[in-house]
Amino acid sequence: MIPKISPGFEDVLPVEYRELVQDGSYGRNLRIKDLGTFKESIEEHPLCAGCALSLSIRLIVASLPCPEDTIVVGTTGCNSILMPQLAIHNIHSLFGNQNAVASGLKRALKIRYPDKHKDVVVVAGDGGTADIGLSMTMHSWFRRENITTIMLDNEGYSNTGGQESSMTREGVVLYMAPLGKKYPKTRMFEIARESGCAYVAAVSPASPRRLEKMVRRAILVARAIGPTYVQIYCPCATNYKFSPSETLKRTKDDEQIREYMSSDAKELIERLGE
Amino acid sequence: MASAICSQKDYKVVPGPEAYLSPAAASMGIVLPEKGQGLIEGQIVSEKVAMEAIAKKLLGAKNPTFFPGPNVLWAVSEKAVAKAVALQEMVKAVPGMKIIPMPDYRPKYPMINPEVEINPNHPNLTIWHNEIDVCVFAGVHCHYANLALKIIRGGTDCYTIALCANPGHEDAMISLRDVHVEDIRRLTKVIERLREGSK
Ligand code: SF4
Repeated sequence: MIPKISPGFEDVLPVEYRELVQDGSYGRNLRIKDLGTFKESIEEHPLCAGCALSLSIRLIVASLPCPEDTIVVGTTGCNSILMPQLAIHNIHSLFGNQNAVASGLKRALKIRYPDKHKDVVVVAGDGGTADIGLSMTMHSWFRRENITTIMLDNEGYSNTGGQESSMTREGVVLYMAPLGKKYPKTRMFEIARESGCAYVAAVSPASPRRLEKMVRRAILVARAIGPTYVQIYCPCATNYKFSPSETLKRTKDDEQIREYMSSDAKELIERLGE
Repeated sequence: MASAICSQKDYKVVPGPEAYLSPAAASMGIVLPEKGQGLIEGQIVSEKVAMEAIAKKLLGAKNPTFFPGPNVLWAVSEKAVAKAVALQEMVKAVPGMKIIPMPDYRPKYPMINPEVEINPNHPNLTIWHNEIDVCVFAGVHCHYANLALKIIRGGTDCYTIALCANPGHEDAMISLRDVHVEDIRRLTKVIERLREGSK
């Protein structure tokens, strides 16, 4: 639904809300190429300078096929403190519960709006997706829920000061993992594919057009076929101790672009021209 | 274990500051009014008595302020728009009454601007900053209204009034229930009558 302000209250609403209504993305079919020409979020986002997560979130939001009918379900993490400032419906679930909450929400929306697409997109960090919430993430895939899961992979628990996560690479030393990670990064791409995701992709914000394509494909496949997964590599400047100005170079150097689609998904994507 | 529930006569819902973690009025034995009734400081009264008390509080306030919530700020339905218009008429009837909106419920980081908005997660900031002594809530979803009302009671001395479309709020000092357009217009009439009478 496109938001409108009740008559007479236009002047009392804070200016950023008025701008979101007047110049926001709803109903305008905007894309990543249009970034900078529309209002995306209320002012002063709280993530660190040079955070690849904040760039990834901007790109994800600008890639949504239908932002006015999208609900993002997130969980605790750096990204969750930026989410409430976006012009997107957003649910914050308890740590790790995001795919269970998203499953229930999607089922309820199918009943409530049988003739409409309501996209439910999980956006969560690697701790929420690949560690604490792994069971609920995988079970939503086993159940073939029509939801998209996007993991913001910054390879650690950044919001709580730098513990290793299962997505941290082997040998990496972090503030709260002084002995170095003792086992390799969890292979979430393969887990998603083997768990029944119809579309699986890995990308980074250093390739914005590719990211847009993958997020759109994932959402369109989730609508029609079944669960989809996108893994976005977005390194954390603060805990990995690099300068904010190096973020994009680091991201580009280490990004791995991969894409898998089932035959149904391939057929759909070709039909839609995506 | 002895029950922590007190009887209604033992507990009054009055302006704070009560305590950092003020108890929910319901847990202290305050019950919601039936149809046609209202609450004043936890006591059940008739709707008429509650309306008179609201009018007196608003007209006697130094800095009365209306906090409209998302249910009336956003034009989601014709009902919402009609209610928004009726509430603005009520605000006009109270000399000097201000409007500070609650556009949504999401926690704002790094901070909210207490001059231009109120938020259920830190309503005390807006009340302290603007030195609000009497406030009216309308159009706020129940659980967020309860949260904001409890925080206000916990940390400020502001007198809270809830115009609720559902069964009312124990945590407000005065609460009406089932408040729709015609009820708001009746309240506005009471305010105008008392205002004219006091001239
Ligand atoms: S701690 Fe890392 S991931 Fe979190 S906001 Fe800062 S740079 Fe981004």
